[in-house]
Formats: sequence, C-alpha cells, structure tokens
Amino acid sequence: MKKFGALLLVGVLAFSCLLGGCGAKTGGKSSGTIKVGVVNNPPSESGYREANVKDMEAVFSAENGYDLKTAYSLKNDEQLQAAQGFITEGVDYLLISAAETTGWDEVLKKAQEAGIKVYLFDRMIDVDENLYEAAVVSDMAKEGETAVNWLLSQNLAEYNVIHIQGAMGSDAQIGRTGALDEQFAAGTMNKVVQQTATWDEAEAKKIVESVINSGEDFNVIYAENDGMAKGAVAALDEAGITHGVDGQVIVMGFDCNKWALRELLAGAWNYDGQCSPFQAQIISDLIKGNTTASSKKIINEEKGFDAKTITQSDIDTYGLGE
Amino acid sequence: MKNAFKRIFGTGLGQLTIPIISILLLVVFNLIRDPSFFSIGIMHNNDGNIVLAGNLISIINGASELAVLAMGMTLVTAACGGQDISVGAAAAIAGSAFVKVLKSAPAINGGIVVLAFFSACLVAVIFASFNGTLVAVFKIQPMIATLILYTCGRSIAYWINGGATPTVSSPIITGIGSFIPGIPVPTPVIIVLVMAVLFKLLFHFTSLELFTQSVGINGSAARLNGINSTFIKLLSFIILGVCVAVAGCIGVSRLGLINHETLLLDVEMDAILAVAIGGNNLGGGKFKIGGSILGAYVIQMLTITLYAMKVSSTDVKAYKAIVIILLVVIGSPVVKAKFGKFMGNVMKKNKKVPVKGAE
Amino acid sequence: MQENCLLQMHHIDKTFPGVKALSGVDFCLRKGEIHALMGENGAGKSTLIKILTGVYQMDGGEIRLEGQPVVIKSPQDAGNNGISTVYQEITLCPNITVAENMFIGRDSSFFVKKKEREKRADEILTKLGIPARSTMQLGSCSLAVQQMVAIARAVDMKCKVLILDEPTSSLDDKEVNMLFDLMRDLKSKGVGIIFVTHFLEQVYEVSDRITVLRNGELVGEYLTQELPQVELVSKMIGKELEELSSLGETEETGDEEKEDFYVAKGLSSSDALAFDFNIKKGEVNGFTGLLGSGRSESVRAIFGADKVTGGNVKIKGKNVKITKPIDAMKHGIGYLAEDRKRDGIIAELSVRENIILALQVMNGMFKPISRSEAETFADEYIKVLNIKTASRETPVGSLSGGNQQKVILARWLLTHPDYLILDEPTRGIDVGTKLEIQKLVLKLAEEGVSVTFISSEVEEMLRTCSRLIVMRDRHIVGELKGKELTQTQVMKTIAGGDA
Repeated sequence: MKKFGALLLVGVLAFSCLLGGCGAKTGGKSSGTIKVGVVNNPPSESGYREANVKDMEAVFSAENGYDLKTAYSLKNDEQLQAAQGFITEGVDYLLISAAETTGWDEVLKKAQEAGIKVYLFDRMIDVDENLYEAAVVSDMAKEGETAVNWLLSQNLAEYNVIHIQGAMGSDAQIGRTGALDEQFAAGTMNKVVQQTATWDEAEAKKIVESVINSGEDFNVIYAENDGMAKGAVAALDEAGITHGVDGQVIVMGFDCNKWALRELLAGAWNYDGQCSPFQAQIISDLIKGNTTASSKKIINEEKGFDAKTITQSDIDTYGLGE
Repeated sequence: MKNAFKRIFGTGLGQLTIPIISILLLVVFNLIRDPSFFSIGIMHNNDGNIVLAGNLISIINGASELAVLAMGMTLVTAACGGQDISVGAAAAIAGSAFVKVLKSAPAINGGIVVLAFFSACLVAVIFASFNGTLVAVFKIQPMIATLILYTCGRSIAYWINGGATPTVSSPIITGIGSFIPGIPVPTPVIIVLVMAVLFKLLFHFTSLELFTQSVGINGSAARLNGINSTFIKLLSFIILGVCVAVAGCIGVSRLGLINHETLLLDVEMDAILAVAIGGNNLGGGKFKIGGSILGAYVIQMLTITLYAMKVSSTDVKAYKAIVIILLVVIGSPVVKAKFGKFMGNVMKKNKKVPVKGAE
Repeated sequence: MQENCLLQMHHIDKTFPGVKALSGVDFCLRKGEIHALMGENGAGKSTLIKILTGVYQMDGGEIRLEGQPVVIKSPQDAGNNGISTVYQEITLCPNITVAENMFIGRDSSFFVKKKEREKRADEILTKLGIPARSTMQLGSCSLAVQQMVAIARAVDMKCKVLILDEPTSSLDDKEVNMLFDLMRDLKSKGVGIIFVTHFLEQVYEVSDRITVLRNGELVGEYLTQELPQVELVSKMIGKELEELSSLGETEETGDEEKEDFYVAKGLSSSDALAFDFNIKKGEVNGFTGLLGSGRSESVRAIFGADKVTGGNVKIKGKNVKITKPIDAMKHGIGYLAEDRKRDGIIAELSVRENIILALQVMNGMFKPISRSEAETFADEYIKVLNIKTASRETPVGSLSGGNQQKVILARWLLTHPDYLILDEPTRGIDVGTKLEIQKLVLKLAEEGVSVTFISSEVEEMLRTCSRLIVMRDRHIVGELKGKELTQTQVMKTIAGGDA
C-alpha cells in the first residue's frame, strides 16, 4: 500500500509537472545542492524499470547533495514536454531515458544553450554526440556474449540447446539471441528448437513440454529472461528431468531477479545474466568529477552469475525486486 | 452406431458436431504425421511422483485455464448476447490478489491457500460485478463495458503487488499447478472436471439454464414472465468472475509466480473462440457448456500440434487464425443450412414423409 | 386450366423436412381481381405466397405469368416479373422519408436525384389518393399510411400481381377502409391482388373470389358472393356447422352476487392514465376500444408490465402491491401479451421449456421442475389444447402462430391462475384455433377463473365477455353489460355518440 501511495504521489507530481510546465519552485536555493531533472519511463513498465527508478532516487538524494525532480511517461511527446519544463525551470543536469530514439534534437540544443548538461541512461538517442555529456547504457549483445562464453567454458561433450526468445524485435531479444546464433551457425552448438515465448512464462513451459513430448535430446535451456527460464524449469520438473548444478540440463536465464538468483544459490539453475538498471552511481560520479568519461558511450558493466560461485551478498546487491 | 450418425447429421449440423469433427480431424492429422504423437508415458517427476506425460496430457492440461474461462464466458454470452473481453486482465488481478495474500502470510499452509483463493474470488467477483452492472443495469454493450477493465486491468494487477514478478513457492501451490503426490493426472485437469461438474450441478439444482436462455433469446418475454433479467445478467458475470479467479489461480500456481503483464495474455479472444467453436450463438440464447469446453481443447490441440511441428510461435497465431476461420465458417448458419439440406436429401431417399400441414 | 389467368400456379408441391406443406395446389389469379387466399394457420397460405415471391423454391409444379412459364428463384426475380408483396409487418425504414422508402434499392444510377424522386413519389401518392407527402418521415405517418406507402412502392414497380399478406391486422376501421379504397382503385387499373387475411368480414367486403386451402391441399375456388360466411368457415376448418353456432349461448350469466377477485382504484402506469377496474371471481370481462385507446396499456398496468405509478389494488379484499410481473404472478395473475413474437414466445426454446417457464419462475430458481415432470406437463397440455407440434422438444418458433399462442396459453394455465389476462389471444390465428380459445375462456370461467379478454373483433368479445369496458383516448368511457352488449351499442360507445 505504501508503494502504491508513493507511486500515486510520483504520478501526480509528474502529471502536474507536465501540465504546469513544472512551475514547482524549489525551496531554498542553496548553492550546495545540485538540481537534477530525470526524464524516465514509469516504474510500472517492468521490474527492471522499478529498480532503475529506485536506484535514481537513492543516489540522487538530498543526503548526497542533490535536488531531484522526476517525470515518468511511456510517451515520447510527454517526455519532451517534461524535459522542456526542466530546462525552463533551470536544472543543472538533465538525465534522460527516452521512450523513442528520435525527436530530441531541439530540446537538447535548448538545454545546451541554457548551459544544462545532459546525460543519457539506459537508452541511446539519435542525436549529435556533442549534445550530451555521456550515455550510460547496457550492451545487450555483450550480455549474450558473456552468457555464451560462460556456456562454452562448461566444456560439455555436446550442446543441444533449447533457445527460448523474448518478444521478437526487442533490444534484449536481439542482443541476447545474437551470440547464440553465431554458435549455431558455427556448429559448435546444436539448435534443438528456437522459439519465442514473448516473455511469457506459460508459453515457455509449453515450448519445452512439446520438445520433451517429441522425445528429442537436449541438455541446455537458454531462456532470454528469468520468467521464461522458470516456465521451462516447471516443464522439466513435471517430466522428471533434473536440472541445475549436477543436473541433466543446464538452465540459463537473464535479468537477475532476486528470486532467480536464489534459484541459482540453491543450485536449481546454472547461470543468470545481469541487465543492470544501476546507472545512477556512474552518472553521479561523473557529475561530481570523481571519474571522467573515457568516451561518450559508457557501457554499464554487467555480470553473469554462476550457480557455483554466487553468494547471498551478490543477491542482496544485484538482485532486482524482492 | 447408425443412430448416433443420424443424431449428429440427421438434422443438419448439431451443436457439438463442429468441435467433435475438429478434434477428430486433428487426431487423424497427428496420427498420420507422427503415430506416436498421442502416446502417453508414465514417469517420475522431480518430486518423485508417478505422473502421466505426453502430448495428450499437455493438451488437456494446457487448456485448463481456457476451458474454465470458456465455461463462464458461455453463460455471459448466453445471457447478455455479448462477451467479456477483460477476463485475461481480470485473471491477472485475481492472480495478483492470490499471490498477495500468500506472500503476506508468514508461512504457506492449506488454510492460507484457501483464504488466498477466496480473496482472489472476492476480488474477481467485485470486478465482474462492475462489468455486470455496466451491462445489466446501464445496458452498455458487453464488449464496450469490459473494454474498460481490459485496458486498465493489468495496471491494477501491478499495483496489487507492486513488483514485476513476485514468486511464491510451496508444495501446496505446486500441487495445485502441477501434480498432487499420488495422483498421476495434472491437478488443473482435475479442477476443470470439478468446475464442469459444478456447472452441471448448478444447472441441475437450479433453473438458471432455462432463465439464462430465456433472457438471452427474448428479454422482453422473459421479463413479462417474471424473470429478473438484470439479476440473471449480473449473475452470469459473477459466475464468470469465479471462473476468472479459478483460472488466475491455476495460472499462478503452475509456475509459482505472477507476471501481471503475461498471465493469460490474449486469453479472452481464445475464450470467445472456444465458445464459438462450441457451436454457441455469440448473439446469446441457447448454449451448451460442454461445447465450449470442447472448443477450448480444440484450440489447445491446434497450438500443441503446431508446436510439435516446430512452427515458429510467431507464426502459430497466423496458422491458428486460418484453421479457426475455417471452423467458424463451417459452423455458420449459412453452411449449416446448406449441409442440412444436403443431408435431408440423402435421408429422403429411404424415408417417406407424411403429409401434414405447415405454414 | 383456366385460359384467362394472369397468374397461374399449377400443381405446386413443397415439402419441408418432416412435413408436406403443399401438395398439388392450383391457384389462378385473374386480371383486375381481388382474390382472397384463405385457410387456417398451417394450411399452406404462407408457403404458397413465399414460393410465389421466391423466398422458397417449390419441389414440383409450374408457375405461369400471362401464359408464360416463369422461374422465380429469389425475391428479385419476383420483382422483375411484376410480383410485389406487402407484408403484415411493415418492412420499410421508419427513419427516412416516404420518397426514399419508395425508391430505396431501386435506383439505377449511383447518384441520387432527390428532387426528381420526390416529384415522382408525390405523383404516385396523389394518383393513388394516399394522404402522405414524399418529404415526410415515414415513421411520422400512421401505420395505415405506412402500409399504403409500401403498396405505392409496389405499384410503382410496375407490378401486375400485388400480394397483401395480412395488411389490416394492425389497422383500425377507418384505416382499413382507406386501404380497401386503394385496393379497389388498383383493381380497376388491372392489377391482380392476392389478399391474405384472417378477418372474414373484410374478405366479404372487398374480395371477388376466394381460394381455400386446408392442410396443404386445395379445398376449392369460389366466387365470394356465392359462398356464405359460415360455409367458408366450415370449409377452412373442416368442421361441422353446428359446432360453431353452439358458442355464445353462455352470454348472460348472473355475476352480480359473486365476490370481487381484483379491485383497482386509480391505477396508473408510465403508459396508462389512472383508471378504476374490478373483476369478479369467474367473470369474463373485456377491454374494448380502437387501437391506441389505452386498452392494452391498462391491462399491462394490472400485471405490472409497465412502471406502475400510482393506485390502490386489492386482491380478494386485501391490499397488495404489484409493481412488476413477478408480483402479479405470485398473486395468481397470468398475462398473455399482445405481441406474441416480442413478448410471448422464447422462439429457440422447446415447446416443453416454453410451457413450464412461468411456473418455473414462480417456483423460483432453486426449485427446478425436473425433466420428467416437465415432460408430463408438456405432453398433457399439448394434448388438452391440441397443440400441433412435431414433438415437445420442437423449438416453439417453428410452430404456426396459432400453436405458438396455445403454447403460451398452456404456460399460463400450468400456473393455475386465478385471473388470466388475454390481450389479443386470437390475433393472426386461424378460425379453428380462435374458437378453441374462446371455448377455453368460457370453460375457465366456469371453473372459477376470472378472465379479462381483449380482441379487435368486437363480435368475438360479445360472444365471450359478460361485461365490456370501453376505452377512448386513454380513458374509460363506458361499461356495457347484459342487454347493452350488442354490436351497435359497442360501436356507439366507442365512437362517443351516446356514452
């Protein structure tokens, strides 16, 4: 209920910002605080976004010397208006995770004229590099590579892979599929089936069930998110096929939900690839000058967790949700 | 045998002909494609229980939520002459409520699960009553009325738990969603059976069936015969609400997790289709729950067949659409009438018709 | 085979699954003649008409138009051959203008020439003496005028054969006369008119010749003036004459001492003005008046069919509140509604389900009538009321009108009502069934059931009712009983000459 209340508050705040061009005055304009405007997607979008929003709020807190303003929307034009509002209001920094990659030129130019520094996080925008300081993003293709390299390092005699894809065409699907497709093409791994379950757990279960029913051999399940991996495991359980550490089938997932990492810790799964929503600290460090950007595009380093090495503190630190 | 043949074909296409023929066609097709398609294996699952497995079990098991929803949808269709398109979203809400109660308990035991289920029912019935009131009292088209919940239902489901995919794990939940130790048949299949029996009992011990059909066929006449049609329509939605809660809880229990975005996604269209394939008139009136259940199995059998053929799941929808268009066209009044005429001519050859007055 | 036939149908056969609807029927329509097609419900009139208009295909036989064989496979074919039909229910669109209705679906060019159309429509309307203008909305015209517009549309389609299927059933006397004038006018222009109706008087008033069908077979063709009315009836129903005349002897019974079953003071509803009304135990009374006089609205108020807005109701001396049908039913009142299709039958349900419906509602949802019990009830009433149906499981919608009406009667009889309201129970049904229903009413009254009876046919009401309440312009304007119960007296009261 508390969360709901907070959400509502944030929503109302964002909405009033949109309507009033963010006329809200910041109380004491002490020179010590850094004013940051964040334009983001709403936390209800996904567990990832929820963690992302929380991370932003935690890092850009008053204790850390920030004055944080936020605006959440799934729509690009509403995001643009919100950014415009922040510029008018005179923030020091503008942080953007855009709903769409286009349409931002003008707003970013205005920000530049007003001397506001722009950081992009999570998602890239199609604009001239000079218009922003840096972009802190995930590299989905790299997530795939990390996972596939881990899989290769298991040195199995043969790789018979059930590949369960996310919604076709999404960034995460394209990135996470790429590395595996290379292996299929090279012949180092054998594709038993490659199907999209469009992020749907139940669908993933059906896909694995149909492979089991057909009697084909497989020893790896590569699911492009945790939910689908869970669906796949449910099918294995019902068919009496062991999985995880020392099991017949290697189970791989992505996103590092806390519950998924706990499966790893219990040895029921083998691998979970991170898709880090934690860009706030990197940006904060850049703002405060603790670090300098080596290039415009900063790849947020993402881990892959192995069931054999994961610890409870990993779960506490990197796990999403509860 | 001859009698059975006559019963099905004699008076044109009976209500259950289409789903039965579809199932037979799919069975034959699969047997030709892969004779071992329907083989049922007995194996131990990871909890050490002896369970049945195979495509047939996957089909019957996988269609459970759809079958339960189709039962409720049939009733709403019959009484209101329209469909509830919010069942998927409502199931996500019910499932979220189910998980919410389970997670707020210190430990999951039988009592908590029952409490959670009743909470899910309560929540689903509240939302169903909202839909029902719009339809029965304010006379809004069912599809329009339920569009509201269809749009916002999954956001409401998100608010309930506040997280993307909360999980619950307990042997009881596994028992509901998968297998109860000692029983080799998947529990969802048993739940469908129980629901079907409950419906049968409901129709046996009440006159709901007669009243619902009367309201659906001729609301004005039903009212003048003392039937409270507002109540009957509302009741149909409430019963659907219970079905929604059951389906939502099965869905959640299968994996021990609620993903409000994907739980029973797009199930409403399949449920409506199941009702249609079952030979029920989508404009209301006469209905057969059994037809809708068969319809649900037809849809699931189709899906599993396509999976077994390794058709890409993005293409599955297109293939499904083609088959369903065929089924619905075959079941249309026009084709039925033509077929009935044809069969009538065939029958006439060996039977003399008595001369009698007709208007 | 007559030589001078405009339209000749020869040896027409038609079979539906399970029933032979027509067998070897001949029919001949001459130029400039009004030819009544008569028969009980189920005699085959509608089937014959539908074959002629291309709705059904005949199984055997031949149709000749002006001597030439024609094949009619669809209503379009019929139209192209100059055969037009005006049905009982108006099939035009009420929310567009008269002119648009007259030309709808017949424009050869895509672009509408509105003015031209209206001019042409007005010409036809004037020529036929129809009191409507082309620019009026059809819905704003009276039913009779709407019917006439439908005829005008048919006439303009250069029709040689005009079929009027029960055109008068929703018209009042004045409107009927207007329609007849139009028919005579068309006749003089050489159009052959087939006139289907249940009103015997009208047949004698306007037709030249009568063809009678019974059970799908031709009984004969007669000149109207040579066939006495009683004989016509006996030919239609195939019954002996004395049976017909035996009715109506129960007219005057002394109801004065009997106690009131139902008394209403100042009863009003959303559709009915406040009125007083009472009925005694075992009494048969009736509401009469022209269409729209408020007779149906009044009985609907008694049953709680419309929103009751005021009044005081006593049943057996006790104050009761009746605001919705179920209240009335619980107090032993049954109501057979005026519009059988809309308010009576549940078409797709079986005869059995239709019969038990009202009783089941009174029993409540949790006391279902068992299947075997329902079957017993259904079989009993199918037998008692002589309902013609293939089986008790036949959908009631496939029965003929008279038999549908009997099913609804059975439905109410099964509830063992103390008081039965019958609103137009005999409309649109055949003579035989009409008599059966009248007899039934009298029998019920003998058994102590009170009956309120409404019929457009005054004669029928005089035969059955011992008291008539006359309405005009939504007010009760008179009450007739005993010696006052004569046709002229009723007419006078309705007309307001002597109220």
